[in-house]
Amino acid sequence: MSARPADDSRKSKILRALEDTDTTVVIDDPLESEMILNMGPQHPATHGVLRLLVRLDGEAVVAAVPELGYLHRGYEKIAEGSSYHEFIPHTDRLDYLSPISNNVAYVLAVEKLAGIEVPERAKYIRVLVSEMSRIASHLVAVGSMGMDVGALTVLLWTFREREKILDIYDVLCGARFTTSYARIGGLQQDWTKQCTDMLRQFLGEFRRDIDEVRKLLQSNRIFIDRCEGVGVISKDDLIGLGITGPILRASGVARDLRRDRPYLVYDKLDFDVITFTESDSLARFYVRLVEMQESAHILHQALEKMPAGPFRTAEPKAVLPVKERTYTRMEELIHDFMIVNMGINPPVGEAYHAVESSKGELGFFIVSDGTGQPWRMKIRSPSTNNLSALAPMLKGAMISDIVAIIGSIDPVMGEADK
Amino acid sequence: MNDRILEKLKTLSPDPVREVYEFRGDLTVTVAKDDIVRVGTFLKTDEELCFDMLIDLLGVDMFTPENRFQVVYNLYSLKNKTYLRLKVLVDEQDLTVPTVTGVWPGANWHERETYDMMGIEFAGHPDLRRFYMPDEFEYYPLRKDFPTMGIPDSLPLPRR
Repeated sequence: MSARPADDSRKSKILRALEDTDTTVVIDDPLESEMILNMGPQHPATHGVLRLLVRLDGEAVVAAVPELGYLHRGYEKIAEGSSYHEFIPHTDRLDYLSPISNNVAYVLAVEKLAGIEVPERAKYIRVLVSEMSRIASHLVAVGSMGMDVGALTVLLWTFREREKILDIYDVLCGARFTTSYARIGGLQQDWTKQCTDMLRQFLGEFRRDIDEVRKLLQSNRIFIDRCEGVGVISKDDLIGLGITGPILRASGVARDLRRDRPYLVYDKLDFDVITFTESDSLARFYVRLVEMQESAHILHQALEKMPAGPFRTAEPKAVLPVKERTYTRMEELIHDFMIVNMGINPPVGEAYHAVESSKGELGFFIVSDGTGQPWRMKIRSPSTNNLSALAPMLKGAMISDIVAIIGSIDPVMGEADK
Repeated sequence: MNDRILEKLKTLSPDPVREVYEFRGDLTVTVAKDDIVRVGTFLKTDEELCFDMLIDLLGVDMFTPENRFQVVYNLYSLKNKTYLRLKVLVDEQDLTVPTVTGVWPGANWHERETYDMMGIEFAGHPDLRRFYMPDEFEYYPLRKDFPTMGIPDSLPLPRR
């Protein structure tokens, strides 16, 4: 900063009062000097513990450097020391806004590595819970983005909706937040009639409720002004940076792994990939808003098409037996003991499986050495990648745009920092 | 598609491919370390293959006397909707790998993470520093010889 003495007449009354024969007060002209602002890690608009160093010229952002790692818990190291089953609860804590879809993504990767087939019913249940968690996550994204730019009501409304989904989780697996619902080869518990009823009731109200949210923001002048044309980034830049999910789709690239590389039963379901072309904060907001309606559409279909049958595959060497049988039968007890203590021992090899989570491509790359624990596991977390677009988006923006841009990226630091 | 990728890679001269490995439908091509930028540029700019996205980049510590480390590049082609894994082997004596930030700008953070976790240095990287761990940390936590419990005094803690 320059140490140019300011003109006496421009000093405030307070500063002049401070000055005496021993003390002189020098103030920089903020319009003629650049300033470094440290935002975070404890800042409400960073949605967690993201630290951002911004170089400001007046109110304009000259450059920004995001710093990650404040929530780094070393999950990839923990994975190397735990069995494949033991790691499932840790996946809840990655993207904690959509824990079930992380569970599903992880077990899909393990199943690919170990070559385990899953019953049809389990696939449908997995689709149901993944889409429910997509809605739950997008509701937070939409609500908190509204809150960041001054529309607090939206947050309250979206959390009211999210609460209903968490209630279904509660009935489904006994936990609202850290679900650990998926199991290698199936699921922890079966989908029940009560869940179907609750989900149908939720879906019945959802279309109307999400429309209310849309109306609240669509004609909100402040919201539109603060988001439109803010954080614009070109399609090619996004592809070069490896950005996925709603951010990429808001730039017009229709990349959705559910359609491009169908997993589970997504190839049997009818849905649209939502794209916008503006590639600004507002477009990202709308992608999420419309995607929720598509997810509701998928949920309707999946409920209709879900067949009866087992929810966990019968493969004693790799898949945990159903709990009731473990307690009552000798064979199952032995298998349960062996899997819990020795692990499932997939063959030597490496596999990568990715799903389209609410934030983008969530993938697990697992290297197996044939033992019960992974030799190396890499979590390809969408939030880390998406945050790398933050610096180019911020360049040239105003300081008040920072919150609108971070909100439109929707990072979850549990996932970004692993 | 996998055969077509290999066919295309064969046209490069000198031949960079060291090993081809297919498991569960995933194709992994091991290339010579010094050829990674050349192969990457070819795969990205080739009009038929068009691997325009670098989805992930990571290091693996195999803990073998020779070629202890591997660097894995996970590529995706928007056009063909297909993945490809490239791999280079890195010996402990020479931990430098040419950077691919010039080919895919997204490699920037991934390479920083790999440096942070495995200690592999990427020659020519614009900003190679710690990603998750503090700058003064001296160890590489995802190496197999780093204990899961951590090393005492490796991070400054309050003294009594």
